[in-house]
Amino acid sequence: MSNEKIQAELAKYQANVEKAIAKFPERANVPAQRLYTPLDVKDTDYADEIGFPGVYPFTRGVQPTMYRGRFWTMRMYAGFSTAEESNKRYRYLIESGATGLSCAFDLPTQIGYDSDDEISEGEVGKVGVAIDSLADMEVLFDKIDLGKVSTSMTINAPASVLLAMYIAVAEKQGVAADQLKGTIQNDILKEYAARGTYIFPPRPSMRLITNIFEYCSKHVPKWNTISISGYHIREAGSTASQEIAFTIADGIAYCEAAIKAGLDVDAFAGRLSFFWNAHNNVLEEVAKFRASRRVWAKVMKERFQAKNPKSWMLRVHTQTAGSMLTAQQPNNNIVRVALQTAAAVMGGTQSLHTNSRDEALALPTEDSVMVALRTQQIVAYESGLADVIDPLAGSYYVEALTNKIEAEAWEYIKKIDEIGGAVTAIEKGYIQKEIQDSAYKWQMDVESNAKVIVGVNKFQVEEKPVEGLLRVDASVGEKQKAKLADMRANRDNAAVQAALAALEKACQDEEENLMPHILAAVKTYATLGEICGVMRKVFGEYEAHVNL
Amino acid sequence: MEKRIRVLVAKPGLDGHDRGAKVVARALRDAGFEVIYTGLRQTPEQIAEAALQEDVNVVAMSILSGAHPHLFPKIVKLVREKGLTDALIIGGGVIPEGDIPALKEAGVAGVFTPGTPTGDIIKFIKENVK
Repeated sequence: MSNEKIQAELAKYQANVEKAIAKFPERANVPAQRLYTPLDVKDTDYADEIGFPGVYPFTRGVQPTMYRGRFWTMRMYAGFSTAEESNKRYRYLIESGATGLSCAFDLPTQIGYDSDDEISEGEVGKVGVAIDSLADMEVLFDKIDLGKVSTSMTINAPASVLLAMYIAVAEKQGVAADQLKGTIQNDILKEYAARGTYIFPPRPSMRLITNIFEYCSKHVPKWNTISISGYHIREAGSTASQEIAFTIADGIAYCEAAIKAGLDVDAFAGRLSFFWNAHNNVLEEVAKFRASRRVWAKVMKERFQAKNPKSWMLRVHTQTAGSMLTAQQPNNNIVRVALQTAAAVMGGTQSLHTNSRDEALALPTEDSVMVALRTQQIVAYESGLADVIDPLAGSYYVEALTNKIEAEAWEYIKKIDEIGGAVTAIEKGYIQKEIQDSAYKWQMDVESNAKVIVGVNKFQVEEKPVEGLLRVDASVGEKQKAKLADMRANRDNAAVQAALAALEKACQDEEENLMPHILAAVKTYATLGEICGVMRKVFGEYEAHVNL
Repeated sequence: MEKRIRVLVAKPGLDGHDRGAKVVARALRDAGFEVIYTGLRQTPEQIAEAALQEDVNVVAMSILSGAHPHLFPKIVKLVREKGLTDALIIGGGVIPEGDIPALKEAGVAGVFTPGTPTGDIIKFIKENVK
């Protein structure tokens, strides 16, 4: 059918449907067009814009095989209480078929404080495992072969220290650094913009990140040195387009910093990875994944002139949207997570964490985690969604939406370039304000019932409080403090002081790569708080300014 | 003219999840309250001091990390010790139902959990502020 013929038929259809649809005002405000046709994708060139999996611009996926080779890595984010408790949970997950580990650290660890610091009171072991020194890390990975497992660590401001601890534990297990597989999040820019676990100001933070890029390119070549994260930007309230736009703008800033520090783009770009949210709107999410790969490929090839195709690939870990879980009727969350999983899989993710039904209430129980992991396995083995690569390609709607999200992302990237790049845009509060505005709009839409959340503003029921939630033992803080005091008493404190002094000196010399110094300090059992304390002293601390 | 209700929206502890705190702060402002937002990582002492300096009628705390059983009561105690005996103190975040009676016992007048419309918080403040 010619485009003219389609146009004429479409006009007829629209005229007829307008009358019929006027009777249904409740569904009038859905943002998508009612119907998509070949006219919506008539300017999309298949070879240039869509193409083939494993081929630039990777709209259809980064690997040629995708899930016809192997499934995505089923990686469940876990960690709480002490290293002993978390080690048990990790081994349980591996026995249950999880194919990668993902460590959650408690807030003091994420912000570089020891468990016995006054500021850590009440937070030790709460949202993740407490790690004070190499001693805890040895327990955390006890009886887990670091030569075999791949480990993702959600750690940002002190990423260098936790990576050093991981390298040191592996060494004790007899596994060389060049065999290690995994990821550190190491994405400080989104901490300033959305997640909040920053320590140092942007400049020294960017230095730490480029130091890690350089060190790993030489010594830990299989390690993903950063996971540039849109997940938390979305959780903070952004739209799908903002999620990928702000994150890719952050990615551009990291590349610029590394290139400025003298690194060749192809030496580090292949180890950059991304982290997306799988939100509620299934088709919008699929389009978002596809658009993000296309934008990043163009950024790397055209803007940074990367030559190695691996440098062009946006490889992504995904987590289902925690902020979309409801405390009301929590079993409904199982269904939400299943749909979000479907979106991530049809979007072509490389690994996935699925949230548990009870996470709007507390950390998940073992039973809830099992359902969440089984959700991935059901999608993988039973649903057929993983049988065909990029199964929604060619859908008029999904292709048009992919184009739209890509165009919106470019608009934002251009705007951020005009402001002076992501670091400046964050310092000026531009990105934070955009996210806040979207979050507020979402909340107002829910409160006016323009957006329906089942069980929250429609279909509510009287409910009894949920029983059997996971509770972190209140004595964790005391236990961890006692362990730490014991460790401090039994280590070679002169060696610790010498290593910390060497680190301080290195911090003052901008030309020096800090990684070897941090690794040396970690091996003396210097604590995370001591190491970050030295860096705080030299680098200072970031102060946020909030415009409501 | 009636004096406007002054609210301190506070993020105690190390938790960086401030989507809720910011949305609530803005909704309260849009409802005509004067709102001061502390920003992240405030100690109980800093929050009590800010409440005193800003002479607020309401302290609204938000925690999503699970540190509420420790931090909320501590803040109530310090705010009272500063002489703000009438200030209405409320809290919100990821707070299991079972924790709420103890928090109320400790002086947290209202506890708002995920899914609460901002309108409910505004109404609660208007009805309970002194």
